[in-house]
Amino acid sequence: MRQVIKGNHAVSQGVRLARVKVISAYPITPQTTIVEELSEMCARGQLDSRYIKVESEHSAMAAVIGSASAGVRSFTATSSQGLLLMHEVLHWAAGSRLPIVLTNVNRAVAPGWNIWADQTDSLAQRDTGWIQIYAESNQEVLDNVLMAYRLAETVMLPVMLAYDAFFLSHTSEVVDVPEPAEADAFLPAFTPPFRLDLENPRMFGGMVGPDMYYEQRYAQHQDALRAADVYREICREFDEAFGRKYDLVETYRTEDAELVVATAGTVTSVSRIAVDRLREEGWKVGLLKLRMIRPVPRRHWQKALGGVEKVVVIDRNLSPGLGGVLASEVRSALHAAEAAPQVFAAVAGLGGRDVTPEDVAGIVRACREAERPGDEPLFWGLKTGEPEPAMEDGRHAE
Amino acid sequence: MQNEFTLSRQPTDGDHLLQPGVLSCQGCGGTIAMKLAMKGLGPRTVVVIPACCWAIIVGTYPYSALQVPVLQVPFATAAVCASGVRAGLDARGEDGVTVMAWAGDGGTFDIGLQSLSGAAERNEDILYVCYDNEAYMNTGVQRSSATPPGAWTTTTPDGALKMEPKKDLAAILLAHGIPYLATASIAYPDDLVSKFRKARSIRGTRFIHMLSPCPPGWGIDPDQTVRVSRLAVQTRLFPLYEVVEGRTTVTVNPEAVKPVREYLGLQGRFGQMSDDMTAAVQDSVDSRWEALMAEAAG
Repeated sequence: MRQVIKGNHAVSQGVRLARVKVISAYPITPQTTIVEELSEMCARGQLDSRYIKVESEHSAMAAVIGSASAGVRSFTATSSQGLLLMHEVLHWAAGSRLPIVLTNVNRAVAPGWNIWADQTDSLAQRDTGWIQIYAESNQEVLDNVLMAYRLAETVMLPVMLAYDAFFLSHTSEVVDVPEPAEADAFLPAFTPPFRLDLENPRMFGGMVGPDMYYEQRYAQHQDALRAADVYREICREFDEAFGRKYDLVETYRTEDAELVVATAGTVTSVSRIAVDRLREEGWKVGLLKLRMIRPVPRRHWQKALGGVEKVVVIDRNLSPGLGGVLASEVRSALHAAEAAPQVFAAVAGLGGRDVTPEDVAGIVRACREAERPGDEPLFWGLKTGEPEPAMEDGRHAE
Repeated sequence: MQNEFTLSRQPTDGDHLLQPGVLSCQGCGGTIAMKLAMKGLGPRTVVVIPACCWAIIVGTYPYSALQVPVLQVPFATAAVCASGVRAGLDARGEDGVTVMAWAGDGGTFDIGLQSLSGAAERNEDILYVCYDNEAYMNTGVQRSSATPPGAWTTTTPDGALKMEPKKDLAAILLAHGIPYLATASIAYPDDLVSKFRKARSIRGTRFIHMLSPCPPGWGIDPDQTVRVSRLAVQTRLFPLYEVVEGRTTVTVNPEAVKPVREYLGLQGRFGQMSDDMTAAVQDSVDSRWEALMAEAAG
């Protein structure tokens, strides 16, 4: 049924349809309305799930480690500081091979306090062993909650679904919400391959010496790599069931492109408009949407960018001392490719600053004119000079 | 039933649950404690263990000395992981299972206190057990907030002994209004086993605090573990009691009360304590005992 809902409610609807058994979360803006709606669903009996209202995000992740270890489908959601507080336990969940799904509403990291869109929070977790998927629309958010459980329970690794604060979390869009029977057919009940079983008692998470630790981590890495092909197959089945296409990457007007913009999250929507405008001006420009970041779908990035002269990666995140994280990832993935394109890096929109189609077009023009990428990313829209003085009532002078 | 072995010598369905092969030090109080706890709890038990000595004692992959499901979890998360396990078992419809978090004093008094408080406030249906050896023993004897005043540790060395009182964890937990709290000692196995049996039958958050001598950390010979445990009770330093729905009962009332210096004098860790400090500990023990008796008199 088509409904007009916010991104956060698309998540709640996805969790309801996934028949999650245990939810644990802690409030943080802009994630909070996800779990508010889930609380309502539990209270109204629309969702047969136990919601553990914990006292921190560290505990939220720990609680679902407990419930997933007992063999039931489990969910949590967070943002920014909350995700950072989970860091230790994120590693634990992945190393324990638990198919937990977490939605992270991408929000800037403090200080200073900033609740607006920025992907530094989830990209800072890229080495925790979680599969990471980035969404651009509310429909994509809901659909990927269902696909995330299929993926997690197939490769037995946790999945983090990330999407931008406010641009999606608090913005209403038309979303086709599947019927429960359709969702059940696509996502059957979870049958855990291992669990805390009184009939077959085992110990999980115990000490492992140097003789076996390496092999356990290698096995985890292999399954993480496998997740890319498994996700493609799940996307194909999803398309068959619901008629909506997804893939590891998505290309737009790249067929004859000389320059391709690569983005993740809502900057992608803006970039699509910019590509259209630049095409009207006669420029051969295309767009690569990075949906899966972990595992790195290296072959697919290489294929999508083969024959292109220049790639411009726009990062709404910053690793101080490095630059944008995604530019670094793309550069690394293309390094061994034949006829690898030049990779230009741009940083824009940190802390929720608006990125418009004009901004993207400006970045593309600057990179098109440059002979080769500089050592530093292009810090687009960066204000230089003295900050504007605030007026007495807190407004800034015009 | 002081210091008698009638109940604890009766066979139960939990006798075999801790098998040989534990990796503890000789004379480990925490290992005897687990053997007796499982005797009381039986096989329908899931054990959740955070970082602590028991994370090692239980065995290294792929071995486990415990014949029930065990989940090892991050240091700060024993109570909340146990809450999650409970929720998961409930969702599966598994009835009659005790979910026990089993943590040391560091994981209980210090790094795990927040999640323990959260679980107690929600009255999660878990049994939380602290085997308290009064310092970070697994990392080699560092001070915790459970370390008693006057004790030597590697972070409270000679000349800088710990001076602060031990954190009153029972008071903190009782302030949450939990349905059951008890202390237990391996020197009083009947009392210990009966408390675990009782805890098993109660729903909601249950807490059992066990003083758990550590021969290398306390500076005692391995064959003195039970003796030191008994002296802790006989001196009233570690009274055995339980609080059921807010009502306090002293379960073991030592007949021949001994001065605390007998307990302290056996342990190398108190070797640098002054006479003044020993007297202060005695005063503290006396006043706490009076307060406990007043609670019990209701």
